[in-house]
Amino acid sequence: MEWFDALVQGILLGGMYAQYALGMALMFGVMRIVNISHGDLVILLSLIGISMATAWGLGPLPVLIVLVPLAVLMGWVLQKAVLNKVVGSDPLPSLIATFGLSIALQNLMLQIWSANSRSLPGHGLESQSIEIGGIYIGLLPVIVLVVATALTWGLDLTLKRTRFGRALRAASADVEAAAMTGINPRAVYAMATAAAVGILGFAAVFQSLRSTVAPADGPAQLIYAFEAVIIGGMGAVWGAFLGSMVLGISQAIGFRIDPGFGVLAGHIVFLIVLATRPQGLFGKATT
Amino acid sequence: MTAVLSTQGLIARYGDFQALYGVDTELHQGEAVALIGANGAGKSTFLRSIMGLLPVARDMVRLDGEPVGGTATDRMVQKGVAIVPEGRRLFTGMSVEDNLRVAIDQAARIGAKGGWTLPRVHQLFPILKEKARTQVQSLSGGQQQMVAIGRALLCQPRVLLCDEISLGLAPKVIREIYAALPEIRATGTAVIVVEQDVGLAQSASDRLYCMLEGRVTLTGRSADVTREQIGKAYFGAGHGVV
Repeated sequence: MEWFDALVQGILLGGMYAQYALGMALMFGVMRIVNISHGDLVILLSLIGISMATAWGLGPLPVLIVLVPLAVLMGWVLQKAVLNKVVGSDPLPSLIATFGLSIALQNLMLQIWSANSRSLPGHGLESQSIEIGGIYIGLLPVIVLVVATALTWGLDLTLKRTRFGRALRAASADVEAAAMTGINPRAVYAMATAAAVGILGFAAVFQSLRSTVAPADGPAQLIYAFEAVIIGGMGAVWGAFLGSMVLGISQAIGFRIDPGFGVLAGHIVFLIVLATRPQGLFGKATT
Repeated sequence: MTAVLSTQGLIARYGDFQALYGVDTELHQGEAVALIGANGAGKSTFLRSIMGLLPVARDMVRLDGEPVGGTATDRMVQKGVAIVPEGRRLFTGMSVEDNLRVAIDQAARIGAKGGWTLPRVHQLFPILKEKARTQVQSLSGGQQQMVAIGRALLCQPRVLLCDEISLGLAPKVIREIYAALPEIRATGTAVIVVEQDVGLAQSASDRLYCMLEGRVTLTGRSADVTREQIGKAYFGAGHGVV
């Protein structure tokens, strides 16, 4: 029963990681842009959300409704102003540019919000629970998992079925050939990054509801997102979702073994996958 | 009658290396022009310059008399110039139908008018209908070439540039692909074919240009030029090429 409980907790934790990982799956897995500031954007959005909630007394839902469009706009500006200048077959320029952005964002947040940990008031949402088959499950983690599943499903369908999705996949496969087919790769990339950061708007609200955030927390979130995408397999949206589950379950089981072992257990599973199946558990082997 | 597409004194370079030394060409509506020449003569560079893949001066390339040199590639496609690139350059990891749909999507986005639809491409190359759900990387070379041509046609071009579409294909497949050319021209689309096989180039075109070391060394009606003339222009042997 204890292990079953750990499994359930792991899946719920995986829901949170999936929300980080989806944006990463889109940017790193599909566009091959390495965005080191991924985690810092989550924290920045969280802190903006917390400030809005305190200043105007907003509940979590209104914060979400304001924060997601803001995140979309941030993503679009990020791509237009920074990333479109460094995209190409070489991933190094985007890595360096976003590394710089990451440091600048962390210091900017420190300046505005100080190093204190904060969280988003959930007006009781964070402490509610539901009972399923003798196990008490927090309502918030269930909502997180449901939202993560819906986002994954929506993103996967968008990539497969829409004009934007096909254009993005085409540009990722061969930028020059995409342009020869009438696609403006920069416009498509700007939309894709807007979508990726927009998803981080969801992650920011839930992250600051279930735990506290401080300006220096970004890099840890970045690592979880990276690990989930790589465990799942590059380029597969459902792969990133399942990778998040694997990471969440590994950590939850690790926590049961020893409270200090949880995070490390996740990293160990990640390293094992990287060593034995570098294309990811659900990715196709590259030829 | 003004040419659909023309180049005047087209110069292109890759960094310090100059690849084209003032190329003058013109292409009329519905016409098929062949571009022949040895490897490194500048044929692909010529097509890439037109497509905005290399920086060239504005008035070196004209479309309907309007200067368009150096226009971004996607804007050239919108203006009605499409290319079947060398090496096909299909979108790997996507199905045959999705590869074609990318072109349909973009043509719809800009409201391009033209007669090419998915059923018509299927009619031109029936195998593509059969293989619609197959990933493009698992097709044969000839089938991949058909996808590349179909994709270019679905951009609804008035000018179609074909870069070495016979490269690496079996003679039977080459005939099949070249058999599509008359039907493409029947829609009023002008075609430039870059071709290694001189005989094939002559039979498939109205006029031809022969290039050598970045210059046009011979031009004329394909039916009129002799093998000897081509030989001289092709290799420059005993020919006063500066």
